[in-house]
Amino acid sequence: MKNCSFKIDGRVCTAEKGLNLIEAAKQNGVFIPTLCHFKHLYPLGTCRVCTIKLNGKSAAGCTVHVADGMDIEVNTPELLDTRKAILEMMFVEGNHFCPSCEKSGDCPMQNLGYETGIKYTRFPHLFIDRITDARPKRIVVNQNRCIKCRRCIEEVKTFDGYKVFYSVNKGNKTMVSIDYEQEAKLSELQAAHAMQICPTGSILVKGKSFSKPFGDRLFDAVNEEKMLPVNGLKKHRTTAKKKIVATTSLAGCFGCHMSMLDVDLGILDLFEVIEFNKSPLTDIKNFTKHCDIGLVEGGCCNTHNIEVLREFRKNCDILVSVGECAIWGGLPAMRNTFPLEECLKESYLDSMTSEENETIIPNHEDIPKILNKVYANHEIVKIDHHIPGCPPDANHIWNVVKHILFQEEYSIMHPKYKYD
Amino acid sequence: MNRIGLLNKLWEFQNKFGYISENAIAQIAQKLSVSKIEIEGVVSFYHFFHRQPTGKYLIYLNNSIVSEFKGFQQIKAAFEKETGCTFGSYDENPLFSLFETSCIGLSDQEPAALINFYPFTHLTPEKVKTIIQQLKNGNSLSFISSNPTSKIQYIPADNKTIFFRKYEMGIALKKLKNHTPNEILNLISVANLEGRGGAFFPTAKKWKSCKQSDSVKKYIICNADEGEPGTFKDKSLLNNLPGLIIEGMIVAAYITGATNGFIYLRAEYSYLLEKIENTLREFQTNNLLGNDILGIPKFNFNIQIQVGAGAYVCGEELALIESLEGKRGEPRIKKYFPTEYGYLGYSTIVNNVETFAMASRIIELGTNFISTIGTKESKGTKVLSISGDVAKPGIYEIEWGMTVKEILHLCQATSPYFVQISGPSGICINNTEFDRKICKEDLICGGSIMVFNNFRSITKILENYTQFFKEESCGICTPCRAGNQILHEKIKKIKKGICTAQDLEEIKEWGKIMKLTSRCGLGHFSANTLVMALDKFEGYFNQKIIKANENLNVEFDMEAAVYNYDSLIKDTQ
Repeated sequence: MKNCSFKIDGRVCTAEKGLNLIEAAKQNGVFIPTLCHFKHLYPLGTCRVCTIKLNGKSAAGCTVHVADGMDIEVNTPELLDTRKAILEMMFVEGNHFCPSCEKSGDCPMQNLGYETGIKYTRFPHLFIDRITDARPKRIVVNQNRCIKCRRCIEEVKTFDGYKVFYSVNKGNKTMVSIDYEQEAKLSELQAAHAMQICPTGSILVKGKSFSKPFGDRLFDAVNEEKMLPVNGLKKHRTTAKKKIVATTSLAGCFGCHMSMLDVDLGILDLFEVIEFNKSPLTDIKNFTKHCDIGLVEGGCCNTHNIEVLREFRKNCDILVSVGECAIWGGLPAMRNTFPLEECLKESYLDSMTSEENETIIPNHEDIPKILNKVYANHEIVKIDHHIPGCPPDANHIWNVVKHILFQEEYSIMHPKYKYD
Repeated sequence: MNRIGLLNKLWEFQNKFGYISENAIAQIAQKLSVSKIEIEGVVSFYHFFHRQPTGKYLIYLNNSIVSEFKGFQQIKAAFEKETGCTFGSYDENPLFSLFETSCIGLSDQEPAALINFYPFTHLTPEKVKTIIQQLKNGNSLSFISSNPTSKIQYIPADNKTIFFRKYEMGIALKKLKNHTPNEILNLISVANLEGRGGAFFPTAKKWKSCKQSDSVKKYIICNADEGEPGTFKDKSLLNNLPGLIIEGMIVAAYITGATNGFIYLRAEYSYLLEKIENTLREFQTNNLLGNDILGIPKFNFNIQIQVGAGAYVCGEELALIESLEGKRGEPRIKKYFPTEYGYLGYSTIVNNVETFAMASRIIELGTNFISTIGTKESKGTKVLSISGDVAKPGIYEIEWGMTVKEILHLCQATSPYFVQISGPSGICINNTEFDRKICKEDLICGGSIMVFNNFRSITKILENYTQFFKEESCGICTPCRAGNQILHEKIKKIKKGICTAQDLEEIKEWGKIMKLTSRCGLGHFSANTLVMALDKFEGYFNQKIIKANENLNVEFDMEAAVYNYDSLIKDTQ
């Protein structure tokens, strides 16, 4: 085959003529992220993560075949942001609760989230109720996680050539469904292959989803950085005034606070330059001073959360959402796909232990009211920074804080991003 | 039975049993040697196919924006009251099933509905009552249905009219005898004909590409899947001049050497089916279709009609071809033009109804005649469908270059404020732009103008559009499928009155992302009007947004957020 020469971001590249751009770019050391493209499959062009510009016009990279003279843009700021936006769309369209996902750590979509540096999504989460179908023989299909890339539709077939997966419905109701009859014909190996090519945790094989332990997974951070005390603080000791920090946990699990404490003795160094005001760490209940920075763990699930958050906004110059729950609702937001009525009835009136007409849904003027759904903090007040993670690790949190308080350069490396 | 006949087979089941049962799907899947889910996928793509039993009378009420402003809600309530059924549910009523549907091409006669695909227009609650009563009494639908013909409100002077002038069968075709295909193609090229579906791709270029293709078989497809809300100009051509369209297709076949043609007719226009079929038969009897047409040896061409099944996106040519092949109507990736790789992989021409009609007239009237009409870039006339807040809704054949103001005057618009050109995926204009001319140089128009006066809520208009795109996206690519849902969330925010200037900025940015990344035109243009309206109706939106509390910077409606809890507590006490 003939080689051809084309340009990627102004650099001259060569590859076999007619080769798929994703592969051609890879050969030339340029990585174009994609979720639907899969080796030999006829280009699907469904996920659109690989959007590039070809001679000034946008196109899905996986549908482009290189030819002489092509001028391709891949990593312009606009395209990088667009790619991130498409991924964010996927995160808000489905219900991606990474911390409770079997695929976490082995999930290309999650990894792309890290790669593109998603800290929070610019879009509102849709929280649509979707089904998890465990009726098939070997496979469980979790529609919450499906991004409709169609790899499985094209790739997974029975020995006699029947498709196992196919798209049904259209518009916002589109989903990838499974044919029970054909699925039952799949061999163990074929089923495992289906799980493997799924770029999210949507297709799982029963009994196999945890066969690889966390920590050994493809995208797990390899060498865990040693827990170092927060260094370099001493030089700030001369700063005239100690910086004042407040923290709180709203609808969270206190895990982020636990994580903050993981700096161990480093906290003593911290105390030399900062002072805590309202915080569970000090047990100061009410603000006594105006603070430089407020760290908020957890999202808002009741009126009290909102009041506290608003108070934080008033009393802190800079407000930081720490952890997934604060950023978009996290695990508590799992209830967002159900009407509040159903949730409360299930917990208080129709639960196994409740006796008919004996229990009520808690309500009293002294207890906060439950909101119709769990809200992300930035939906309630302006949030200045987001620290993703479940939980974010201690060094990460304190480095960000240090950066904000003392304007110190700190670049976050991608292994620091962890949604699980 | 083979795959390309799938849509017809499904229609058979749908018409005979009122739905497509599990059994039917299994049967078809077995015959086609595919898995059941694949058939299920096709069935569920088209909204006129049902998977659960329906009543004897299937009522589809149009929910487009024009209908909404003309009393959709009352009519909907009236239907529910009279039939005792609920819209969108399969409640096992043996007589009636009620569904909403997007524009059915009767915007000039709203509110309108289709009952078993018979049209019922200008509905009022009283009228609904009568209709339902009549149906319960067993009156025949053909007897009680309305005449869906759109009134032709305006045509230019005789020497400037192109479409709605006298027509006799074979009027254009008789000229083919004395000219070679190349000469005919040249006429099309000289007349500068461009695709009238809204994309305005040069027709001669498309036809030439097909002509030059060495494909063993070639196909000519007439796209009569006019789904853009507010558009019904193709319907008027199909109804008044079916022969003209067919001649255009035959001209295309003559040029390219195609032997087979399709008219992909949207199911909403099923009531025109008989008329078109009769016309085709007449053409056959007169040796204008079939073998050795006009006595020209080896000039063989036949036309079949394929009825769609309810999917807006099938108006996109690559989606239409997929649908013809018996698949889900999802646009193919734009690797090839249909003239390179079209229907079943063969070279295929897909053109709009009006384009074929225009091609016939070009051959008939000659390029000299055409060139005297219109503007420099847009030659001839354009058929427009006008609806909304105007005294004279209907069909207008205008000379290219007419200003919006003149048009608004002609149709007697009452205090026009928000004018939608080319449907929801087109553009909106405000009253500073009414001097713009409808032509390629200025304001290009695919064929629909919807006029809204200043009493109409712009938010309502935009929400209706977004809702439409949200449901009609084929769902194959992320930005269109998710993007329209996300934009809808923003519009809900505007409605709730908790929208800030920041939100409007975000709508613009997000619209840009959808435009950049979507797979086909639907996604490229679905945020268009919304984004445009924010600038063009700035005053309106400035009143809509609220200045957020400076300290919090975000507006949040706590009362609304605890409403559910409060009412639940009240109910369970």
